[in-house]
Amino acid sequence: MEIGLAHYLTVSAILLTLGIFGIFLNRKNVIVILMSVELMLLAVNINLVAFSSFLGDLVGQVFALFVLTVAAGEAAIGLAILVVYFRNRGTIAVEDIHHMKG
Amino acid sequence: MDMPDFSIALPEIFIACAVMALLMIGAFRGNKSTSLVSWLSVVSLIIAGLLVQYEAGETFVTFSGLYRDDAFGAFMKILCLGASALAIIMSMEFNRREKLARFEFPILIVIATLGMMVMISANDLMSLYLGIELMSLSLYITAAFRRDSERSTEAGLKYFVLGALASGMLLYGCSLIYGFTGTTNFDVLSQIFTTGEATPGIGLIIGLVFLIAGLAFKVSAVPFHMWTPDVYEGVPTPVTAFFAAAPKVAGMALFLRVFIEPFGALVDQWQQIIIFISIASMILGAFAAITQKNIKRLMAYSSIGHIGYALVGLAAGTEEGVFAVLVYMSIYVVMNIGAFACILAMRQRDGMVEDISELAGLSKSQPWMAFLLMIFMFSLAGIPPLAGFFGKFYIFVAAINAGLIPLAVIGLVTSVVGAFYYIRIVKIMYFDDAGEGFVPVGRTLSIIMTVSGIFVAFFVLFPSPLLDSAKAAAAVLFS
Repeated sequence: MEIGLAHYLTVSAILLTLGIFGIFLNRKNVIVILMSVELMLLAVNINLVAFSSFLGDLVGQVFALFVLTVAAGEAAIGLAILVVYFRNRGTIAVEDIHHMKG
Repeated sequence: MDMPDFSIALPEIFIACAVMALLMIGAFRGNKSTSLVSWLSVVSLIIAGLLVQYEAGETFVTFSGLYRDDAFGAFMKILCLGASALAIIMSMEFNRREKLARFEFPILIVIATLGMMVMISANDLMSLYLGIELMSLSLYITAAFRRDSERSTEAGLKYFVLGALASGMLLYGCSLIYGFTGTTNFDVLSQIFTTGEATPGIGLIIGLVFLIAGLAFKVSAVPFHMWTPDVYEGVPTPVTAFFAAAPKVAGMALFLRVFIEPFGALVDQWQQIIIFISIASMILGAFAAITQKNIKRLMAYSSIGHIGYALVGLAAGTEEGVFAVLVYMSIYVVMNIGAFACILAMRQRDGMVEDISELAGLSKSQPWMAFLLMIFMFSLAGIPPLAGFFGKFYIFVAAINAGLIPLAVIGLVTSVVGAFYYIRIVKIMYFDDAGEGFVPVGRTLSIIMTVSGIFVAFFVLFPSPLLDSAKAAAAVLFS
């Protein structure tokens, strides 16, 4: 069996779904949420690179490089906010984040 | 290889250089330079606004089609720059009193504004994404800016997690659109769809839905509004004032740009989704605000409702609709800045208060502030002859002319329901027994309040400058 575009898209869709469910179903701690966010961005990258190679067009790979760069910045800011939160509360358990209702 | 034409992006380049210079000043002189850095940030935003104004008129595309400068962009950019400059000015007194005066704050707002300008000028899915991220990453930090406060850091964390989720969805949508059309450029996309070269298949529609979801999060439209009340309540009040104005304008600008230009020919595909989120936002904004006791939470639901009204204009999908959205967003920004100037003046001797009940008897202790807040509340409710009425009027006329009569009717009904909680504030100020009373309003805040009050009250007499420039800006998207 040859591995075609559809296989890549399926893997990417599965990764994206895992990422979204990781954010909503996770009750343990916020680091897992950050990992889920990275998973979503990587799913997008697989998509972009697969399309790029399938279409014979470089734009997708350029886009993927941009996404990688921004993802690094996003992770840094997320961890920084997590650290200041931890200093105030002494916990990063998701179920404890309910100071404000809603 | 040819060099791109940098001069077209002069306002953005200027702001980027100004940010670096300001960071240097801050880094070398420490926190005692905060007020200098704040005023210099305001000045650089104003200079950028003049540069935008100076270049406005014709349409230019540069950076290999990634960036577009036109009258629509100029209109929205000036709105964003003005709102950000006012947010910085309003924050200065508050930050000094609350011991938050750090030089990073105005700089972060300027960087967020740079992101908004990139968003507004985006002519490609890549520049759209980079603009959104530049804005959002700075907004996450400003949200958690009071780093010794549990509420502020929790708000920042919530905003970050949900914002990152929204960016992920938006990006997945972009990747699908790229894959199924073979391009990320707005001009090429628009050409493909108008000539019918690519039929909108299921993959493209899914991509479009993901894109709408990501954008709806950024303007806090239902069902992606969950973060709004918590974040508005938790962050320091000047940050709330900033969040409620400029990022919303930039988000709506992106909505208009993306759905009128590249996907304009697919109006049948996206119109229903926009109608749905617009109705849901208007209804939630009207009903959920009724029970709120915290004025910042109330303003959060109010802003959700107002985004719903603005989306009615987009749902119409006509030039008249876009014109109505532009007028609506301009008026919305002024009303919100004024209302938040009043909220920032809610300070008692032992600190800021946020409960609506604390406004009781304001008409006796500070009649001028009470009068202005009454004008803003009536205007937010859409009562003639104040500016807010005209915003809603143009929106509903555009919806009716586009044949969306049920949407206009729902909008009217929800704005009547919404009037209840705005007028309740007026009732508390004028008819309830006085409480402790507030300390006198600072000079900058009272100037901002008064000027926006004058705009809101007398817009009816001099509407033509705003209406003319909005009309010219709307025409660009359809040419």
